[in-house]
This record gives sequence, C-alpha cells and structure tokens, in this order.
Amino acid sequence: MKVSSWGRLSSDEHNVVPLLDLARVTGTLSRSAPGICFGMGRSYGDACLNPGGTLWKTTGLDHFINFDAHTGRLVCEAGMLLRDIQRMAVPQGWMLPVTPGTQLVTVGGAIANDVHGKNHHVFGSFGSHVISLRLVRSNGEIIDCGPGQHADWLYATIGGLGLTGVVATAELQLRPVQGPWLQAETIPFLGLDEFFHLADGSEAAWEHTVSWIDCLAGAAGRGLFMRANHCDLSVPRPKSRHLAMPVTPPVSLVNAWTLKPFNWAYYTATKRKAGLAVCDYESFFYPLDNVQNWNRMYGPSGFYQYQSVVPRAVGKDAVQNMLGEIARSGQGSFLAVLKTFGDKPALGMLSFPQPGVTLALDFPNKGRQTLALFERLDAIVRQAGGRIYPAKDARMPRDLFESGYPRLDEFLSYRDPGISSAMSRRLMGN
Amino acid sequence: MNQNARKKIVIVGATSAIAEQCARLWVQGAGVDMVLMGRDAARTERVADDLRVRGSEAAIEVLTADFVTPSAVQKTVDEIVAAGPVDMVLIAHGSLPDQFACQDSLNQCNEALTVNGISPVLFAEAFAGHMQQNNKGTLGIIGSVAGDRGRKSNYVYGAAKGLVTRYAQGLQHRLAKSGVKVVLIKPGPTDTPMTAHLKGSGAKLAGADSVARDIVRGMEKGAPVVYAPAKWAVIMMVIRHLPRFVFNKMDI
Repeated sequence: MKVSSWGRLSSDEHNVVPLLDLARVTGTLSRSAPGICFGMGRSYGDACLNPGGTLWKTTGLDHFINFDAHTGRLVCEAGMLLRDIQRMAVPQGWMLPVTPGTQLVTVGGAIANDVHGKNHHVFGSFGSHVISLRLVRSNGEIIDCGPGQHADWLYATIGGLGLTGVVATAELQLRPVQGPWLQAETIPFLGLDEFFHLADGSEAAWEHTVSWIDCLAGAAGRGLFMRANHCDLSVPRPKSRHLAMPVTPPVSLVNAWTLKPFNWAYYTATKRKAGLAVCDYESFFYPLDNVQNWNRMYGPSGFYQYQSVVPRAVGKDAVQNMLGEIARSGQGSFLAVLKTFGDKPALGMLSFPQPGVTLALDFPNKGRQTLALFERLDAIVRQAGGRIYPAKDARMPRDLFESGYPRLDEFLSYRDPGISSAMSRRLMGN
Repeated sequence: MNQNARKKIVIVGATSAIAEQCARLWVQGAGVDMVLMGRDAARTERVADDLRVRGSEAAIEVLTADFVTPSAVQKTVDEIVAAGPVDMVLIAHGSLPDQFACQDSLNQCNEALTVNGISPVLFAEAFAGHMQQNNKGTLGIIGSVAGDRGRKSNYVYGAAKGLVTRYAQGLQHRLAKSGVKVVLIKPGPTDTPMTAHLKGSGAKLAGADSVARDIVRGMEKGAPVVYAPAKWAVIMMVIRHLPRFVFNKMDI
C-alpha cells in the first residue's frame, strides 16, 4: 500500500507487515526482512520509509505489561502510544518525563529518535528514562539491554533511527506529577538578546520553556516566550475539542499571502493576553494533536521541517543568520520554534539534542527554491558546528550528517543488516 | 468502592481485537470484575496484563476453555456463574475463513461454521439460561454484516453469522418479557488482524476502537441490533433489498 510520512513529500508503495504478537516478531522479521519499523509515521522525512520494501507496522504491539504505581516504573510493548501512557498514568500521579510536541507517537519511535520536549534543560531526552529495552534482531537474536547490561546496545538504539533491531518492549521510568495541570506564562519578546535573557532567567525556576518566533520578522525576531510548571489543582479537566483537516487543499494554505497576516495576528492576539494562566497538560504540550491531519494544510506537495541545534557559544549569531536567510527568502510557516537545550548530554550515539539552541521551522515544499534555502541554512549550521535532527529530515547532505554526528562510525557496527530505510541508504549508504 | 456496585463482565474470545478494545473501555475509570476467556493462554494473559494496568481498580481473571464441545461449554459457563451473577457477557470469538478454502475442503467449511456459528450460540444459550433465572443482565453477541445476505465472496462465514443472527432474534423473542437484554452486534469490515489481508486491497476499514465504542454504547442501552459503524445499517438494508437479478450481477 501507499505510505507517506508526516511531511507528505512522497507516497510510495510499501509492503506493510503488521507486528501483532511479541511471540511472533522473530518469525515475521525473518520472513520479511529487510525492512524498517513504522509506528505512527510522525517522522517528517524518510526515517520511517522504505519505498518498494517492507515496513513493519508496530502499532499492534500496544499492550501494557506492568506498571508499579509506587515506583513509577512502566513496562510496555513498543507500539504503545505516549498518549495512552499519559492517560493511564496521570490519574495515578505519574507522567512521562519527556514527550515531544505530539503524544501520538509510539514508545519505539520516541526511543529510535531520542525525542525531546519543552523540559529538556531539566529532564534531557526520552532515552535518558529508558531503564531497559528488548531488541529483536532480524537474525532472531534477542538482546535485553539497559545501562547495566549491554549498555552499548542501549546507547546505539537510543536515537538509532530503528536501525539496530526492532524494539519489542521497553521499561520506562515515569516522573511523579501532582495532576494534569500546569501554570503557564507567556511573555512577548523582541530580538534574540531578549530571548536568551528570558531563557537563561527561566531555566532554574521553570520546568518547561519554549518560544514561538515570527520567521518573517528576521533578525529583529519578535516572538512569544512560554514557560510553565506543573501545579496542584483539583478541578475537573476540560473536554478536549477535536478538529480535523478533512481533505488536502489543492494548494498550501500556508503561503506568502496568509503567513504574514497570520503571524501578525497570532503575535498580537497572544501578546494581548500574555501573562499567567492555568492549562491542561494536553493543551499545553500537544496543541496540534486536536487538529487531526493538520499536516494536510500544506497541500499536495507536502512540507519540510528544518530543525537544527547549534552550540550556545555561537548560538545567537547562527540563529540570527538563519532567521535573516529565512526572512529574506519569504518562505516558512507560522510553526516556528526556538528553544535552548540543557547541558545534560544525550545517551544515544546518534541522539540529536546537544547543549545549545535549537530552531525548528516548517516550510511548504516549493521545490528548488526551498531546497536552495536549506543549503544556505546548512552552511550556517555546518560553520557553527551544529547538526540537523534526522527525525525531521528528508534532505540533509551526507557530509553534514557525518560532521554533525561524530559517533557515526561507532554506531555503524551495531546496525542490523536486515534493516534499512530510505534515510539509512541516503545518509549511510545502505 | 462499594463491592456491590462492581459489574461482572465476561468476554468470550477476549483476544479478538474488537473484544479487547471493548474491555479497555470497560476497565477505564470503573472497578469491574472481568473474566477473559480465550483459547490460547499466553495471548489471553497478554490482554489481561494490559487491562490490569489500564484499569487499576479492575480485577481480571483469565480462563482458557474448550470452545466447541457442548458439555465443556456448559461446564465453563456454570463455573463462571457459580461465582456470582454476571452483568454483561460479550461473545466475540470468530475467525474469518478463506471462502475458497471452504469450497475446496469440507473440513475447513465445517470448522468455519463451528467456530463462527455454533460455538457462539452454545455460549449464548448457556449464559442465557442463567441470566433468565436472575432476570437481569446484558448478553452481547457479535454477528456480522456478512450474515445479512449471502454472497459469493464469503458465504460460509456469512452463513455462520446468519445463524447467529437468527438465533439472537429468537432469544430476544424468548426474553422479551424478562429483564435480560440481548444485543446483536453487526460490525462492518474492521481493521483487525483478522482482516489484515484486506487492507492491501485498499479497503476502507473502521478502527477497532471506534467499533468498540459503538458496541459499549449499544450494550449500555440494550439496543437489540447494533451496526458498527452505524452507516452499515443503511448499506445492508439496500443490499438485503436488491432484487436477485441485480444482486447476482454484482461482484461482491
């Protein structure tokens, strides 16, 4: 069947093989390898694709195995959605320590991409909370690994883009939480100096920090800084509203005519109600999850996301240059995010987060002019000693991948020869 | 929680994807006592472990049983009911056979009729007797839209489900004056392991979780017939009423 990833840049025929039963994973792999795991398909580019080949659909592996409400330790199958973990654990006073901007991803995907969230400066990335995992290799070998046993396999698999084997089960350490509520504050800022000032001043006292920036404003960089802490409040949760993008519009709804007014309106409206507010974790962490198929708004050509991280020392200049390039190009989207990462090193050999500042923006796919802009952004990232996030990527050049991920050679020896993705062929040659 | 308020729910064929999704809805936020019956102990335990985490107040018991020998079915049901009256039973087991295999082999044909038709009826009959005595309870039986009209692509399965349909109708008649509700559930093609081979052909399948929501709601209301999703009620009405000369030209 035809399968696309989140960016909808391609739609190719795949042989989709569901993994339904832990006991039969080994047999299924040996019959259908080579392939790559596909969970919710929320990787933006080609990390989860294998055109013409096999995809192992993992969402049938969606069973909890055990949860200890005293210690917060959870064992589950790797196709489990983060949403289902949150909904099970929050009423019992626990929560995933790290989640990305959507909870509609699987545990296996969160490990394979070593995802991060708004609290990176406190909790690091997802892989830091994996107590152990079970890796099934295409040759039938089963490797149980954790920080205390076969730790090298754990560190190859965290952020390993699904290339070391199939993660069948994982044991995760949750963090205690008072309830579903957060106290959030929104502060408008102008310019990167103000942003860094706010970020540095907030990290000690606020668990979650993130910023929206207006990608058209260039180096002047107006934006909205959001910070939040969990709080104790015993009122019932609101019923979430569900919207959907029922069809794909013939052209991108995000374009030169809509972007500027939208960014202006969003900035102005949010600025007006800036200040403190209490909100539910789902609406704070996963605002877009309530709009089903929002990725369709970019039209039939799909979209790219460009997410980079650059070291803090050169961060301000690099981000300033990137914003300048983007503003000059007139491309971009209102989905633009700026965040400082903490100093906690990620465990994975190919983990994306590193100390510094990360900038993430969506770009409607306009073909060559979009790719040309990315080359200019690549040059800035390369010079700054930064890297690009593979989970979001569909096009980074191989040399930038190699310079951004110095542990690549070490990683390659852990690859499963029966696993290959469009991304692995593009960036690693096979 | 008041022990008396806890509902006792029995699911026959608990590893079926639709049944499992129903069970997840039932254990969420409510303390229930649940008995899961399956043919394969390990697979049923996997479902049970999951439900124990999802419903921290639920008590889940696993039972493996013989699904086809009448005396064994009677004994299993008697034992379950002996432990206390049952509020809800969902009979959900089945397997979608290959129509051509059933045409080629009477053994396959026999097995398909037994698993999808006779076995569900035996379980329903055994539970119905107890429920009638207690004058309460809801008995849900999963039939299929395939039971509404026989067609060449799966009439052996359809015949078994048609048997379930006619049986449920009669049981509803018998229990009409009692406090027992009999709910016949007719899912359309649903995205489950049973239909995995249909997906490649581009068939649009409903999610097992949304089908389960319709079933749980229908059983709550005690609706006599639940099509899931509801649109299948209309589609099947049309299919049932198509004149034969039109129907026989269709490749379905």
